[in-house]
Amino acid sequence: MPVATARAEQPEPPKVRPDLRTATRRPRRRRRLVLVGLALALVAAFAVRVLLGDYTFTIPDFFRILFGEQIPVSTFILMETKLPRAVLAVLVGLAFGAAGSLFQMLLRNPLASPDIVGVSLGASAAGIFALLTLGLRDGAVSLFAVIGAVLISGVVRWVAGTTGGYRLVLVGVGVAAAMVSVVQYLLARSNTWDVQLALRWLVGSLNNVPWSTIGLLAVALLVLLPTLAVMARSLEALELGADAAAGLGTGRHRTDALLLVGVLLTAVGVAAAGPVAFVAFMAGPIARALMGGRHSLLAGALVGAVLMLLADHTAAYLVPDVVLPVGIVTGAVGGPFLLWLLARGAATGRTG
Amino acid sequence: MTHHTSRLLTQDLTLGYGERRVVREVSVAIPDGAITVVVGPNACGKSTLLKGLARLVRPQGGTVLLDGEQIHRRPTKEVAKVLGLLPQNPIAPEGVVVADLVGRGRHPHQGVFTRWTAEDRAAVEEAMVLTDTYDLADRAVDELSGGQRQRVWIAMALAQGADLLLLDEPTTYLDVAHQVEMLDLLAELNTRRGTTIAMVLHDLNLSARYADHLVALHDGRIVAEGTPDEVVTEEVVRTVFGLDNRVVQDPVSHTPLVVPVGRHRPRRPVAPDPQADQATATSQENR
Repeated sequence: MPVATARAEQPEPPKVRPDLRTATRRPRRRRRLVLVGLALALVAAFAVRVLLGDYTFTIPDFFRILFGEQIPVSTFILMETKLPRAVLAVLVGLAFGAAGSLFQMLLRNPLASPDIVGVSLGASAAGIFALLTLGLRDGAVSLFAVIGAVLISGVVRWVAGTTGGYRLVLVGVGVAAAMVSVVQYLLARSNTWDVQLALRWLVGSLNNVPWSTIGLLAVALLVLLPTLAVMARSLEALELGADAAAGLGTGRHRTDALLLVGVLLTAVGVAAAGPVAFVAFMAGPIARALMGGRHSLLAGALVGAVLMLLADHTAAYLVPDVVLPVGIVTGAVGGPFLLWLLARGAATGRTG
Repeated sequence: MTHHTSRLLTQDLTLGYGERRVVREVSVAIPDGAITVVVGPNACGKSTLLKGLARLVRPQGGTVLLDGEQIHRRPTKEVAKVLGLLPQNPIAPEGVVVADLVGRGRHPHQGVFTRWTAEDRAAVEEAMVLTDTYDLADRAVDELSGGQRQRVWIAMALAQGADLLLLDEPTTYLDVAHQVEMLDLLAELNTRRGTTIAMVLHDLNLSARYADHLVALHDGRIVAEGTPDEVVTEEVVRTVFGLDNRVVQDPVSHTPLVVPVGRHRPRRPVAPDPQADQATATSQENR
């Protein structure tokens, strides 16, 4: 009430003032342009992954097979190898990209992505423990991966304290290293040594993932991504720093709730395809560069999906007759990217 | 000052971090429609007290009351519609434009699915007119000068629709001209809009000039409280800051002006000219 009376007493602002919407028009237009561009890039990358390669498809053939026509060999190759890989790449990319952007935004540090601070490898360690030591399969393994990721991130958060940023990265990198050794130990102890399995849980791979697992991941994302979209509203406040956000009525528990969604997104991605290195880490900075410095979860998710598709295409056809796990390609690209980010940070003093 | 009512007050408020007590059993009332300034030496708990008033720190003892209710029991978004906060180091996201940042002040008024309303726009426009930031609307915040940026942050807090504004050292990093400009803006908001202002300031003389109500804090306790004339005395300044000093009258505002004595002797013989003395003292105070 007092606001209304105070406002009534104010002299009307002069009528010549421009509409405030014009002030934000340029950033909004750029955002729209980038998102449309990324969506097109995603479609293009998907088409490349599915239609090209050693065994090519025409677009009409692709749709005929998709809608149930049986063409010898072609149907099998598309429906059982190429399409599941591509769909899985998109889903995992969306999950990792969104989670990475979210972590980097909330923790205000480009190094604080879930694949660097131990969340991915925590999920991986728990998953392989369930698989090899407990002898569980499918859904149960995924559940373990999710629980493992939540526990590990809880530990990282607890040890790092609430100061955020740097400490969290340092603690996370240490925990990630410990988790790698857990995975390696479990693999070394297992008597059913399976290279594909090891590659999946150590570096991340899209090889031989059944449709049932992909369906499970899709269902999880159908819950998690809309949840994230709804909660992302409070990022507008959280971006301004913890104190300013609290002043706007967005408490610290909001940060933790959002981080939990990021952890879950990472965990379900890892449960399906393993800890594919650096996708979560690279997606955010690339999206930000396209957006002119602004954070965008949607752009991050799309970049993640495009990265996964391109990396998997490269992994499949880089070496003739060998299908490399996708994590080797993302690792090879991500390592230099990390160094570049650090070098740029040293130059500008901005980045950790 | 013969006061009035206080929508925001503390009762035996004790604040701290873990074992460390920073604010000890402080009872203070922020008079409505006035400017309250909290002063004190470094680490006396003044910032923490402000954070406590803004519900950012949970009390270890005592309470903070807003409109007669415990502030921590009220929904935080409801509090945000009444109480605006400008923290010491707010972060302007990279590439954000002024109109967007000020618009985020409407956050507590917006639900999950509600869109931007005409009321939101009117509040943002009003805030930008009051702080003289309307012409900066399409500029990126990270390109602005320190003084402009601080005005934008105040606009954001005003867009919240807050009747009470809490500011933690709003003049840090500003040169003396911009410090005065900032405090003039706050004084204007106070008189024109009736906004209650409570802030922490470092500069004792500017505090004495702009405050209706001064609170001097030392070691987490209130040492003196009242009008600048009552609080800024040689004795209080000596107790609170441990500084040997003289208090004279500010020739411009006729409020008390603290002149530190210090251990160093003047390099030139003191001329028996009070004007010159005051001039040196002022420039020293303002660094």
